[in-house]
Amino acid sequence: MLDYIWLVPFLPLFGFVINGLVGTRLPRRVVGIIACGTVGLAFLISLTAFFVLPDQPVPDKVLYSWIKVGDFKADFAFQVDPLSIIMILIVSGVAFVIHIYSIGYMHDDPGYSRYFAYLNLFVCAMLLLVLANNFLMMYIGWEGVGLCSYLLIGFWYERKSAADAGKKAFIVTRIGDFGFALGIMLIFKTFGTIDISEVMHLAQGRFEVGAPILTAITLLLFLGAVGKSAQIPLYVWLPDAMEGPTPVSALIHAATMVTAGVYMIARCNVLYSLSPTSLMVVAIIGCATAIYAASIGLVQNDIKRVLAYSTISQLGYMFMACGVGAFAAGIFHLMTHAFFKALLFMGAGSVIHALAGEMDIRHMGGLKRYMPTTYKTFLIAALAIGGIFPFAGFFSKDEILWRAFEQNYILWAIGVITAAMTSFYIFRLVFKTFAGESRVEKEKLVHVHESPRVMTVPLVILGVMSVIGGLAGVAKAFPLLGMSRFFSEKLNILRFLEPVTGGHHAEGGQAVGLERWLMLASLLIALLGIYIAYQFYVRNPQLPKRLARRLGRAYNFVLNKYKVDELYDFLFVNPAKRFSVFLWRIWDDRIIDGIVNGTAGFFKVCGHIGRRVQTGYVQTYILLIIIGAVIIIWYCL
Amino acid sequence: MPIDFLPILILLILSALMSGGMVFLSHLFGRKEPNPSKLSPYECGIPPVGDARLRFSVKFFVVAMLFIIFDFEGVTIYPWAVIFRKLHLFGLVEMGVFLGVLLIGLVYIWRKGALQWD
Amino acid sequence: MPIPLPTVNLIDISPEIILGVFGVLVLLIDLFLRRERKGHLAVLSLIGVVGAFYASLRLWGSSHYAFSQSIVVDNLSLFFNGIFLLGTALVILMSVSYIRREGINLGEYYSLLLFSTLGMLIISSGNDLIILFLGLELVSIPLYILSGFARTNLKSNEAALKYLLLGVFATAFLLYGIALVYGSTGSIKLPMIAKLLSDTAVSSNPLLFIGMGMLIIGFGFKVALVPFHMWTPDVYEGAPTSVTAFMSVGVKAAGFAALLRVLLTALDKLQFSWVSILVVLAILTMTVGNVIALVQTNIKRLLAYSSIAHAGYLLLGLVAGSRLGVSSILFYLVVYALMNLGAFAVVILVGRKGDQNLHLNDYAGLGYRYPLMGAAMSIFLFSLAGIPPTAGFVAKFYIFSAAVKEGFVKLAIIGVLNSALSLFYYLRIMVIMYMREPEKKEVLPILFSPGLVIALLIAVLGVLYLGILPSRVLDLATSAIRTFLSG
Repeated sequence: MLDYIWLVPFLPLFGFVINGLVGTRLPRRVVGIIACGTVGLAFLISLTAFFVLPDQPVPDKVLYSWIKVGDFKADFAFQVDPLSIIMILIVSGVAFVIHIYSIGYMHDDPGYSRYFAYLNLFVCAMLLLVLANNFLMMYIGWEGVGLCSYLLIGFWYERKSAADAGKKAFIVTRIGDFGFALGIMLIFKTFGTIDISEVMHLAQGRFEVGAPILTAITLLLFLGAVGKSAQIPLYVWLPDAMEGPTPVSALIHAATMVTAGVYMIARCNVLYSLSPTSLMVVAIIGCATAIYAASIGLVQNDIKRVLAYSTISQLGYMFMACGVGAFAAGIFHLMTHAFFKALLFMGAGSVIHALAGEMDIRHMGGLKRYMPTTYKTFLIAALAIGGIFPFAGFFSKDEILWRAFEQNYILWAIGVITAAMTSFYIFRLVFKTFAGESRVEKEKLVHVHESPRVMTVPLVILGVMSVIGGLAGVAKAFPLLGMSRFFSEKLNILRFLEPVTGGHHAEGGQAVGLERWLMLASLLIALLGIYIAYQFYVRNPQLPKRLARRLGRAYNFVLNKYKVDELYDFLFVNPAKRFSVFLWRIWDDRIIDGIVNGTAGFFKVCGHIGRRVQTGYVQTYILLIIIGAVIIIWYCL
Repeated sequence: MPIDFLPILILLILSALMSGGMVFLSHLFGRKEPNPSKLSPYECGIPPVGDARLRFSVKFFVVAMLFIIFDFEGVTIYPWAVIFRKLHLFGLVEMGVFLGVLLIGLVYIWRKGALQWD
Repeated sequence: MPIPLPTVNLIDISPEIILGVFGVLVLLIDLFLRRERKGHLAVLSLIGVVGAFYASLRLWGSSHYAFSQSIVVDNLSLFFNGIFLLGTALVILMSVSYIRREGINLGEYYSLLLFSTLGMLIISSGNDLIILFLGLELVSIPLYILSGFARTNLKSNEAALKYLLLGVFATAFLLYGIALVYGSTGSIKLPMIAKLLSDTAVSSNPLLFIGMGMLIIGFGFKVALVPFHMWTPDVYEGAPTSVTAFMSVGVKAAGFAALLRVLLTALDKLQFSWVSILVVLAILTMTVGNVIALVQTNIKRLLAYSSIAHAGYLLLGLVAGSRLGVSSILFYLVVYALMNLGAFAVVILVGRKGDQNLHLNDYAGLGYRYPLMGAAMSIFLFSLAGIPPTAGFVAKFYIFSAAVKEGFVKLAIIGVLNSALSLFYYLRIMVIMYMREPEKKEVLPILFSPGLVIALLIAVLGVLYLGILPSRVLDLATSAIRTFLSG
């Protein structure tokens, strides 16, 4: 069965070719069936591969010898091990669900077949990325997903903002990619091979911990991850990427592509483990991004932007996990995050769909009545990301926090604060969107409806996964479920990944006790976040009345919602908000964007100067040749 | 090795000094009394008529070029003829190829009308 | 006194002979063809090119000198022959309808192309500075004429004049360089020069170094290295587009063939000296080419600057000087020929009589009006930018790795940064093609002539094939240098 693993990326490629070439001439149904069918089949194969994967390492599945010249060799081959199997499961599974959802979401769009062609191409590239057995192939997948991301962000190219966002995403991530490419070249120079497992093997034997060359390699690779996974300082493209269709945001900018960086680091965990400096950098960047993006998420009003910053923040968590050496925990969170964040985006998409494109949460509210399925699944996802027991996010986040706690209390503390912020902003979103009075414009309210089945069923599927997905991390701790050894081995993702990511931490009695307390603490903090959000956004309408009776003079402050918002801003969130607004407006828009745009501008100015020299006069040209010649000859002497 | 070229260098320097010196000295000692008739192109007093840069018909150039080519052909045959016997068949074939190429050129310019004046 | 007669083995130069004969044949048959039937000459020229290609194929595997050591027949020269002939074949296919549209469908066009290609073949097998010079002149002189082939177009005239003036100027450098190298070593045969250089008295002669510098200047002009690149944009813009395509690929490859031979065979001992010159030139060439390309609005000028930048990337392989470096240059040139000619084929398709419609804005919305052509152009642009899975990526990766492997890490970093920079302008064309509405609504439909379509198809398939399955050609490139660097 594992010999057919090559079908996994090639089936979506097939879908891309069909839909890309003749898609416009096929009926929409057929286009949808081809697109979903190929990805679905890929998922089935992945699932089978998961069950038949033996305990022993499997040799790479070589499709053909790709480049072989001198001592440079790269096969077109797939690496089949627990890590890649988990990744193809996540990618093809989530992609399948989102494909189905897209049939409903995009059904009126004139670019229907183009959309599915791109989406299939993306899935193919992503699967190639995670299955690659050498860095060059990984790089191809890496660039391929970037390309599809660009195409899909700019899918509605008539909108200038969309086209610009696409360009921005592509170019900003390319800055990271150049580091990645250099890292690969340096790997080739150092090890003489680019085969991933060979490199890991050689690194272990050949280098001491902290070897400078490994630090250089890992930092360069990490630069690629920073670009692709939207970490400080290259995250600026992700919020803008929300210009794309919402399922695209769900698939590419939440569940899969942006996690490629985490995957890559987990894949190279041997290299990173040999380089404490790089690990520290990864942990610090991840941690800083987590809290920074979460704080910006607090004040956003665009439903998708909140989710975008949330994604950045959660990716920060994953990097933090990798940075403290808990690679398996990082992948675990990657998986649960793929479920609940895709669900959040698709829920948001469902809302946007129902409200005819409205994205501002100030113009939502009270949608619970109209869209019950969307509401329930969205709530589940919110509970999951908020880290509420027993939803998926709780287990993975807790695992990360625990491992961070073992390493460094500061990292842990920041992680916990971020968790509180996370549960606050996500429930602010839930309450403002679904609860309370409806603030939807009148003419739109008439059309508000629950989305069709083809969209809600995927929501439910992901909802279920967001509930039970977390058990994958604790299957061993729940022997009560009565699962056989086979399942508890296979279904415990941390154990399952052990052959790749190294040993799981020992669970001593006392440590477990401490872990329980920490678990409780983070749970309480998450609940606190929800409580505050609840106070501010649901109890709000009542709060002024009681305050009016008891405080009288304060009544004016809290007379209406708007004033209460201001009051609580003043009392509570103002410093944080000011700061995050500062971060968002000044740091983000001015400085970071300024640097990105400024770089382009700088080169343009250089180009104009260069063009000025191009006078068109032969004399000038000859003069330049002579100057060049004189310098060269002078040098030769 | 570079020392072998020293005489050339000396010659270069000497000639440069000589020619430069002559211009410079005449400039230094000569009397300068510019007046309009002196500055005109022809000091004899005839006013210049028209532009000195006349346009010649391109045919002059074509004929000149063709002359050079076929003149060169003739010139090449002389030394070849001197050692023709020593070159045996090889020499004959080589010259045949050479003349053949030029013959094709002749056919070409003939057909193209480059040999007709009007 | 008997005269030593050279041993003549015409088989060794059979590709050259075939091409030359066909060039003359085209010239002659042209005299008897009516204007509207000149298309037949393209077929005849193609037959000649294919014949020469076949002859090269027959010679593959041989490795010896001929004509008293002035010609070398080895896989390297034959591989280069392949590149030149491939490029010429594609250009001929692209030209048929183009020169008819521009009203310059004269038979001389094809024969000049063939003669220029003949010069390239001579360069690739030149083992002697005089032969190299001869070849380079044979490449250039037909091109001076071809750039001015659109006689009624002022820009074309300007291009021809500029190319001629500057080309002659650069040739003087080259010739003087040859003279100095000969003067200081006493030989013009490349392997002989290498042998003589092991004598320190010879290899420390300053005149030799000046000669070397002048050779680099002369060849550098032909491949358009900064600061000897200034002619490129003007000439590329003014010359008929098909000629521009031919120049950008053929002359560049020929220049690199000559540089490889001279620097790695003859002047290998002076590597310490020329490497640092080439490093500086490479950095300048890549950076200037890419930066100025950013602000171009004419597609031909843009591609001109892009071709300058590509010459810079190619220099990296030469700087590396290793087997990997040389084989990566070979591979890069194949890829470059395909993708650049492909891009020019699209430029020809989009263009209008009198070389109109070359502004970037004229590409607005083309991606949708002509989806297949748009896709093809996108593939070429991606390949030029070096994005997988196109061939340009493999080529760039390979050449940069060669540089890194020889320790030129910083140079490779500059190269990678530059190729990131180049993305801006390649991507801009695509953004315009797909994401902007055309300004004027009524557009003349594009006429797809069979020749152009075949050329496009070959280029697209080639770029994809070499991107996905490069190993066969890489193997060939490796075996091409087996005898070259063995000494």
